[in-house]
Amino acid sequence: MYDAAGLALLERELNDRLGVAAVVGHDLHCGQASLAIDPDHNRAVLSELRERHGYNFLSSLHGADYLPAKPRFAVHYEMLAMARVERICVKALVEDPGHSQIATIASVVDLFATADFQEREVYDFFGIAFDGHPDLRRILMPEEYVGFPQRRDFPIGGDPVIFTYDEDSVPGWTK
Amino acid sequence: MSAAAPPRGGVDRDAVARTKAQILGLAPIERSSLDADVTKPDVESVEGELFTVNMGPHHPATHGVLRLLVSLEGEVVRDLKPIMGYVHTGIEKSCETKSYWKAIPFVERMDYLAYFFNMQAYCGAVERLLEIEIPERAAYLRVMHMELNRIHSHLVWLGTTALDLGAMSMFWYCFRERDRILDLFEMSTGQRMHTRYFQVGGVIEDIPQGFEQQVIAFCDEMPERIDQYMALLDQNEIFLARTKGVGIVPKQHLLDLGVTGPLLRAAGEPWDLRKTHDYLCYHDLEFGIPVGTVGDNYDRYRVRLVEMRESVKLVRQCVEGLPEGRFIIDDRKIALPPRDELGTSMEALIHHFKLVTEGFRVPPGEVYNPIESPRGELGCFVVADGSAKPARVHFREPSFINLQALLDMCKDEYVADLIANLAMLDPILGGIDR
Repeated sequence: MYDAAGLALLERELNDRLGVAAVVGHDLHCGQASLAIDPDHNRAVLSELRERHGYNFLSSLHGADYLPAKPRFAVHYEMLAMARVERICVKALVEDPGHSQIATIASVVDLFATADFQEREVYDFFGIAFDGHPDLRRILMPEEYVGFPQRRDFPIGGDPVIFTYDEDSVPGWTK
Repeated sequence: MSAAAPPRGGVDRDAVARTKAQILGLAPIERSSLDADVTKPDVESVEGELFTVNMGPHHPATHGVLRLLVSLEGEVVRDLKPIMGYVHTGIEKSCETKSYWKAIPFVERMDYLAYFFNMQAYCGAVERLLEIEIPERAAYLRVMHMELNRIHSHLVWLGTTALDLGAMSMFWYCFRERDRILDLFEMSTGQRMHTRYFQVGGVIEDIPQGFEQQVIAFCDEMPERIDQYMALLDQNEIFLARTKGVGIVPKQHLLDLGVTGPLLRAAGEPWDLRKTHDYLCYHDLEFGIPVGTVGDNYDRYRVRLVEMRESVKLVRQCVEGLPEGRFIIDDRKIALPPRDELGTSMEALIHHFKLVTEGFRVPPGEVYNPIESPRGELGCFVVADGSAKPARVHFREPSFINLQALLDMCKDEYVADLIANLAMLDPILGGIDR
């Protein structure tokens, strides 16, 4: 398990190795270690953790909306080092670009194949696009659904059930 | 004519005798001779025309409302895309509008065969955020119910899987034992499924008188039942032919895909969060982690059956070692006061009122709490913002992640094996769609 000093060391080591301030903060709370990172360097940090620190398993990838905080979104990568039985949460803080544009972060599907469905889920519910994802479509909501329902400002209730009858015209399914 | 008849020599008798010995003695299965017969379909001989078939969403063999878009070349699966979301009910979003203790019945209904595990993942996460320890008796009661739940979940899996492979009778036998477990749940919690038994800080009430004897009676009976299941299936030619050598995915590839649980252990990786992550009272209990060697469907079947045996051992140890004491913490700011105090104590009444109307507040923070469910790593991610309602509840559902391995299990195999592979994956669509 990490202590605060070990986590600070890890942060400095990662930043030194990558040559940029990729890790912007660390936190140890309720027995959970986490690193806050710059979303532009998420791939570099994850590969570094995998190659040099033994984090061979991406156990979960999920999003969160911290409205009204800034940056508003975060993509969490729960990394697991199976040999040492150690977990660390890598939290990429993603800014909301506003003006009905959606935020973008690099996909990690080629590093961890397990990210495929989970990145689609984050896209589906939070509207964070994953650059380089092979097949970025909605996964649980209907394809033509408007809005990103897990955002904190998305109202709850009142949605009618949608029947579309447009299976042939939706491009992704038969691709 | 007589020359063409198969030899009725010693080979067949040996094979039967060996299988019997394995059932009685539980020796590891050798399968060098059987493996030689398993060949992949000849790629060159089928015509190169792809044919797209829609399987599901309403099909009994998809174990829920799962739709598979399968590209077939002759009878060989070349590609498949799972399409899901048909039973997406927005549970994660709904939890954000409920106070912490009212979200418990919601999260139970995700993976509807592993409801005690969902509750433990969620309650454990909230307990970590509150930084409280649950009483020892509560931990034992939780483990007892979770392991009974694991047997129940594996029984449903075994019955439906055998049904998919043509063994009709297994379904009835498995559901007979499953019903006994549901009777036990009914006795201790008042409900057969979706019990809301676990609370933040412990369990809602103590087990009733006579429950322990009933559980022990079940534990006495269950190992023999598992022997009977094995006797039914391990000598069944069709079952063996349909499972051995089918659906093999290399271990490293499973790890890349994030697959956990019996699927990963069948491929030979002894990874079980009950052993590696210290939660509840698993460190006090003695149990083994079954692993496979080949990673085919037969190994998946064997691993789950041995897991049921180990769970029976765990349940028995929980009953025998059940400590005395409180079943929920004594913190009136989190746990409801005892009912009998409400008539005499003003303070208890105020606490009760505040807890029921507003609920307790959780200090800001976020935590990811993984546990071992019957299907693999079940993680619950909770963000607290200091109010009485969670700001985000997310479940890392093992069914959802494991489903990504289906393509690799089925690719370039027959479409008939697709059904077997899907059954062996044990997906629960309530968990996938949430």
